[in-house]
Amino acid sequence: MTIAVEANAAPAARPAASAKARSAYPSWFYLPAAIIYGVLFLLPTVASLFFSLTRWTLFEAQFIGLDNFAQFFKEPFLVKGLTNTLIYGVVTSSLKVVLGMLLALLLTSDIIGRGYLRAVVFFPVLVSTIGVGITFTVMMHPTQGIINETIALFGLKGPGWLTDPRFALMSVALVDVWKGVGLATVIYIAGVVSIPQDYFEAAKIDGATSWQNFWAITLPLLRPATVTVVTLSLIGGLRSFDIIWAMTKGGPGFTSDVIASVIYKQYQAGFYGLSTAGNVVLFVLVAIIIVPLSIWFNRREIEQ
Amino acid sequence: MAFLTTRRTLIAVTAVLALGTALSGPASAQDKIKLTFLFDNTPSTVTMAEALAAAFEAKHPNIDIETEPRPGGAEGDNITKTRLATGEMNDIFLYNAGSLFQAINPVQNLVDLTGDPMLANVQESFQSTVTGTDGKIYGVPIGTAMGGGILYNKRIYAELGLSVPKSWSEFMANNEKIKAAGKAPVIQTFGDTWTSQLFVLGDYYNVQAAVPTFAADYTAGKAKYASTPAAMKGFERQEEVFKAGYLNEDFAAAVFTDGVTQLATGEGAHYPMLSFAVTNIKELAPDNLNDVGFFAIPGDDASSNGLTTWMPAGLYIPKSSAHQAEARQFLAFVASVEGCDVQTAAVGAAGPYLVKGCTLPADVPPVVADLQTYFEEGGHSAPALEYLSPIKGPALEQITVEVGSGIRSAADGAALYDEDVRKQAMQLGLPGWN
Repeated sequence: MTIAVEANAAPAARPAASAKARSAYPSWFYLPAAIIYGVLFLLPTVASLFFSLTRWTLFEAQFIGLDNFAQFFKEPFLVKGLTNTLIYGVVTSSLKVVLGMLLALLLTSDIIGRGYLRAVVFFPVLVSTIGVGITFTVMMHPTQGIINETIALFGLKGPGWLTDPRFALMSVALVDVWKGVGLATVIYIAGVVSIPQDYFEAAKIDGATSWQNFWAITLPLLRPATVTVVTLSLIGGLRSFDIIWAMTKGGPGFTSDVIASVIYKQYQAGFYGLSTAGNVVLFVLVAIIIVPLSIWFNRREIEQ
Repeated sequence: MAFLTTRRTLIAVTAVLALGTALSGPASAQDKIKLTFLFDNTPSTVTMAEALAAAFEAKHPNIDIETEPRPGGAEGDNITKTRLATGEMNDIFLYNAGSLFQAINPVQNLVDLTGDPMLANVQESFQSTVTGTDGKIYGVPIGTAMGGGILYNKRIYAELGLSVPKSWSEFMANNEKIKAAGKAPVIQTFGDTWTSQLFVLGDYYNVQAAVPTFAADYTAGKAKYASTPAAMKGFERQEEVFKAGYLNEDFAAAVFTDGVTQLATGEGAHYPMLSFAVTNIKELAPDNLNDVGFFAIPGDDASSNGLTTWMPAGLYIPKSSAHQAEARQFLAFVASVEGCDVQTAAVGAAGPYLVKGCTLPADVPPVVADLQTYFEEGGHSAPALEYLSPIKGPALEQITVEVGSGIRSAADGAALYDEDVRKQAMQLGLPGWN
């Protein structure tokens, strides 16, 4: 934001500047950023495109055309991984939107201990993902975990949260939501606070109910916050790896594998070319989903 | 002052001569040479590796060994391969012999030990499993030969009046009686996925008895698990045990050490495992050491019962090591009678050593005594497939978890494994695969 302000302010301060000097800074100022971007982002991207076309042992690469992609799409775990990735991304992202918005509304209203509650909601975001994953793995143990032991107190038998193929992915997704909802809440709180009170006062004069307030004022004006939360959490969900690996390692068997864990397993096995091809596929997939979504969101924003 | 300097120089010169290396900088007596040593974090391996390092340091005061445990299974493969590829491997590391050894690209990464006098102590049967595609030898054994079979609780067997099964139907009959007595007939520990592979890998004695050319045809890409009925058996049996409801309640989440404890304390009767687990019983449930015995995975026919055997892991030196001469000294120490004795003292006798002249104490635990009978009765044991073929598919442990917990059928699992094997063969660049 500040950068944009400066960039606009600078030419204004020097109205006599020639057409050539469009920027306030000499172009070599861009060099450090350009080098860092080139070495750390452009070069690896180009290199990975090349290595994805080879059978690679890290020492020698043999060019094999599109065989890796053919192999990767033949991976029997890949179809499972793809569907799991989409399910995981959509479930975590939508839960974060709904819960984050509700929590934000709650935490901007007049309740006791508001500051404390805000901190509590945000706290899991600060904890290490691996630590959270391991803790929940212990708590979700089918026979000795605290969750199922609590359920057993009521005479019921809890499921194998992480060991039953029907529940494993959803259990991990719920833990991911628990850990990530704090960030969504903070973004939404900022959105709610920035809505001018005038609208609510005007609505009050018109005799609007609180439901109408929410539906006609809060929700539409929270659009920028929603766009941010959906984009961030969907990208995060689609490339999610750490928490899944810490909790199930894609198991039992391959049932909670997502694309990122399938790729990681190919690295583990030493199939470097194949896993690089997998990363290219993941990159394309995320781009296919996020770019149109982002364009659509932005257009709607301008139209308003 | 002058005296001190001279003395230091003298010591440094002696040290350099003693090591037989040309060190360019001056070394002082205080500067110990530090070797780093990587091994898997199975409790018995850690105990053994640390005891060996301590004994070696006592003999060589100028060398300091820094030990570093790493995870086992696929995670361990990853660490090993990545460190080798990036030139950051420890000076000495422990890793499997056989097909997994082939997958770490030994010719490129490891120091060639061919012709080193220490190899004179190592049995030829082990040497062939750490020989690269160039015919050079790259490692020495650490630990003992093992059997892949079924550890069983002798107390349960005595209480129920059971006898050691020689055929699969006898085994399943025993399981039925054990289940009726309210104990878990078969323990599985899928929390550590590598432990799930024994029904398949440990059945290889029966596979090769039925199809003697399987290893060669499999390496050449001609024989497949899914299309070879004898090889399919391992997957089918794993499925059968699950379907019969013979597994322990927490099989999906339990880990290796849980399995060992459950077996030793009599919560479960059978644990398909490598016989090295006896050293873990000694660690985790020392009072129950004599309650556990061992038998080979039974096949269809009681008359052709035999054991699938595993080679011990090897110790290797990466080419990237800066202290190869000292690392060789350590390897020579491990592959000596003295080294065997240190290992026996640390973790107990676990099976026959692959170092010439090494002996076991007279009173070995029942598991080891049972194991030895298979090695002695020549002809009733055969090496596992991973020592006969360079190919082992990396996803087997996930596939056997799925088959063993009813997520995937045996036929599906075998077909999926064939596909995994094909990938590995192509990565190794073997002829006949594409």
